[in-house]
Amino acid sequence: MSVATIIAIVLVIGAVGYLAGMARARTIVGGETARLHSRPGYYGSFILVWAVLPALLLLAAWSVVAPTLIDGQVRASIPESVSVEQSATQQNLSINIVEAIADGLRLLDERELQQATAGFVLLRPLLAEKGVALAGNGEDWMIASAQQLNSLEDANILWKSIAIIGLSLVGFAAGFFQIRAQLRARNRVEGVIHASLVLASTVAILTTVGIVLSMVSETGRFFSSVPPQEFFFGTVWDPRFANAEDPDAAGQFGLIPLLAGTLYIAFVAMLVAVPIGLFAAIYMAEYAGSRFRSIAKPLLEVLAGIPTIVYGFFALVTVGPFLRDLSGQIASIATGDFNSFISATSVLTAGLVMGIMLVPFVSSLSDDIISAVPRAMRDGSLGLGATRSETIKRVILPAALPGVVGALLMTASRAIGETMIVVMAAGVAARLSINPFEPMTTVTVKIVSQLTGDLEFTSPQTLVAFALGLTLFFITLALNVYALYIVRKYREQYE
Amino acid sequence: MTDASLTTGTAPTGARSHRRDIGLKARYAAERRFRAYGLAAIALGLFFLFLLLGSVIAQGYTAFWQTSIQLDVNFDQEVIDPDGNRDNDRMVLLTANYPLLAQRALHEKLGVDPDDRAARRDANSLLSQGVRTQLRDMVVTDPSIIGTTRSVWVLAHGDIDSAAKGQFDLTVEESRRRVNDRQLGFMQALEDEGAMQGRFNTGLFTFGASSRPETAGMGVAIIGSFYMMLIVLVLALPIGVAASIYLEEFAPKNRLTDIIEVNINNLAAVPSIVYGLLGLAVFINFAGLPRSAAVVGGLVLTLMTLPTIIIATRAALKAVPPSIRAAALGVGASKMQMVFHHVLPLAAPGILTGTIIGLATALGETAPLLLIGMVAFVADYPATPFDPSTALPVQIYMWSGQAERAFVERTSGAIIILLLFLAVMNITAIILRRRFERRW
Repeated sequence: MSVATIIAIVLVIGAVGYLAGMARARTIVGGETARLHSRPGYYGSFILVWAVLPALLLLAAWSVVAPTLIDGQVRASIPESVSVEQSATQQNLSINIVEAIADGLRLLDERELQQATAGFVLLRPLLAEKGVALAGNGEDWMIASAQQLNSLEDANILWKSIAIIGLSLVGFAAGFFQIRAQLRARNRVEGVIHASLVLASTVAILTTVGIVLSMVSETGRFFSSVPPQEFFFGTVWDPRFANAEDPDAAGQFGLIPLLAGTLYIAFVAMLVAVPIGLFAAIYMAEYAGSRFRSIAKPLLEVLAGIPTIVYGFFALVTVGPFLRDLSGQIASIATGDFNSFISATSVLTAGLVMGIMLVPFVSSLSDDIISAVPRAMRDGSLGLGATRSETIKRVILPAALPGVVGALLMTASRAIGETMIVVMAAGVAARLSINPFEPMTTVTVKIVSQLTGDLEFTSPQTLVAFALGLTLFFITLALNVYALYIVRKYREQYE
Repeated sequence: MTDASLTTGTAPTGARSHRRDIGLKARYAAERRFRAYGLAAIALGLFFLFLLLGSVIAQGYTAFWQTSIQLDVNFDQEVIDPDGNRDNDRMVLLTANYPLLAQRALHEKLGVDPDDRAARRDANSLLSQGVRTQLRDMVVTDPSIIGTTRSVWVLAHGDIDSAAKGQFDLTVEESRRRVNDRQLGFMQALEDEGAMQGRFNTGLFTFGASSRPETAGMGVAIIGSFYMMLIVLVLALPIGVAASIYLEEFAPKNRLTDIIEVNINNLAAVPSIVYGLLGLAVFINFAGLPRSAAVVGGLVLTLMTLPTIIIATRAALKAVPPSIRAAALGVGASKMQMVFHHVLPLAAPGILTGTIIGLATALGETAPLLLIGMVAFVADYPATPFDPSTALPVQIYMWSGQAERAFVERTSGAIIILLLFLAVMNITAIILRRRFERRW
């Protein structure tokens, strides 16, 4: 019986319980539901909870524990002569073969099974016929192990079904016999709902804890092979390839070139986004009529809704080649030959496109903040004879400055964490350079490139991605916490 | 021009000449400049928007047409099943030489001399390699067509497709082109006959991964994305709503709820790639879920979307006026009844809007999916969320790495489809908001 069937049966029991609870509550008071403590539906829900909740909790616990127990049993079944010789990895490989055999054995009929159990040599062609390909290095003892595995799994499924459906029925009965007219069914049911609400709100905390713990532990493993000072202060990024024969052949993992590229590209992006975004926000908040605003603002915000992969593609096939050809034209005017000095993937390309993406972030956030500056300050300044632009420059912007700075910091944190645009448009060469026309690479690009392809989670080449991720997480976190702090402080001033 | 009119407008006349010059002219000029900067900034932003959309559409709209060739294919028994053995061995029908059938039909149509090897080769390369599966599927579903002649539209090769759409520069020397002059002649002949047409490209929506542009489609990616959105909806919506209800209606003001609040705000700003690392470490390495599976992608996107949904839901709950709550409590509802019977239904449109926008963001997200192995060459439809699949944006990423012109077109086409999905979702959200928004 599959897990889905078990869950379905439990739910059916629960549904029956709901109806039974309502009916039971009604009969107890002889139809005068006013004499019940709660409305009949709550008595139904009361049984539903009793029938479903403990059973599903048990199912979850069982699904976590049982596989480890079975695995332990199967490992114990490996003959001692073999298990002593084998390393942990070899043992895992053997277990994989055993599992494959076990799956295959289920496809055989009685007569074939007799043949097959004679030895691995006979088994292999039999299973190949059924479409189960086995690795060549199987041994005879594996068949016994596989049979044991199968019987264990059969027993597991049988007992799991009995236990869970049994518990569900017991819960049903327990709930059913508790029903009295004075049972505080509503309070009990609401208590369960309340508990699940609390549980849901802790998911956010669990996510954070998960992020930090998973990255810290992997980063710790990384630092056990590469010292932290080499990572944080190294100026060369050259991880080499993960090498199975010689796992110590680690390259150099210097963070500095990646961080420099990240900050440089983010800087260029801000250079594009801040003036455009800020001026757009000022115009929207101070000059634009409501008709213009109601059209231009959503249109500009469309830019924020476009997925970053689209920006990446735009940079890759439109902006990059355009800048390259443009620079070729300029070079030909200046020097006479078409040596384009901007590469197709460059800091400039990535920064420019990222800047476009960030315009709506800057403009919406600043727009809100500028609009929040009290009317009285504006009127006072205009009343004294200042022009609008003077009011904006001398009164409104200084008043909104902390908020605007907060908005810019949030935008910067987005620029630093942005991935797809830089993956497609910034290049992969990790180098330190101040020339914006050349490719540079970023932290996010390297996380992606270290973690795509075949992975082995023991080498520093893959683990470094977690160290990079943790660095990125803390940089963006710091920027955001600081930005939120500024914005909050500012808001209090005018409230 | 404005300067000139300004000068005439404020030219010192006799009556005003005694007034002190307080720099009004310069100040007004500065005012106009400032205003123009603002307008220019908005114009620039919108220009970029239209440039972005324009370039994608200009490169991609042709992807919805695929050049096809009409052939009268003779399903020759001699070629498909020379030994008449197909009833005993199903492999016969699966492995027969179907391209030969199409090639023969094409040679006949073009009148190619069967002994001219070069001409034959040029003619053969008009056809997509996909004809093998196309004809095979026809025969396998209906073996009775063996021995008959049918008129079939088959896919043209990707290069021929690009040439037919005018995407190749034909002035380039013949040897450096992907399509030679003889093939162009063939194409002309076929077109004159009406046997070569651009037909609506259904394959773009139904095919799986392929290294040949004409048989590459987004079918697998669409299904993968659909599974992920389903998982996000099923998990993130209830959890997000429950969390917001607790925080907004029940939570006591204490350290713990404060921490949760700050936490949610910060989670909303964590770079998406960090969620990918989380998914890799927790769901794949620790929990042992399969790589490349939609279920892992769905879980990662769920965690990513949760803060968005929580923030939107809390805003919607806050917007329900306290009088509703007081009235419900006043007639004897419990707090739970007040929330679930009165506040939540009133907040539902706002919650729905926030959820749809969160889903739209999740649909376009690429970076975390790269880390959990969704960058996979998957040709078969995933039957369950646990099977390998890819997602729409990841498919776009993979195609964008291909060099052929036909793939650039397809990438843009895929982007158009993705943007259409997003547009539909966002417009739905806007309509919902307009329709059900209540001002209290």
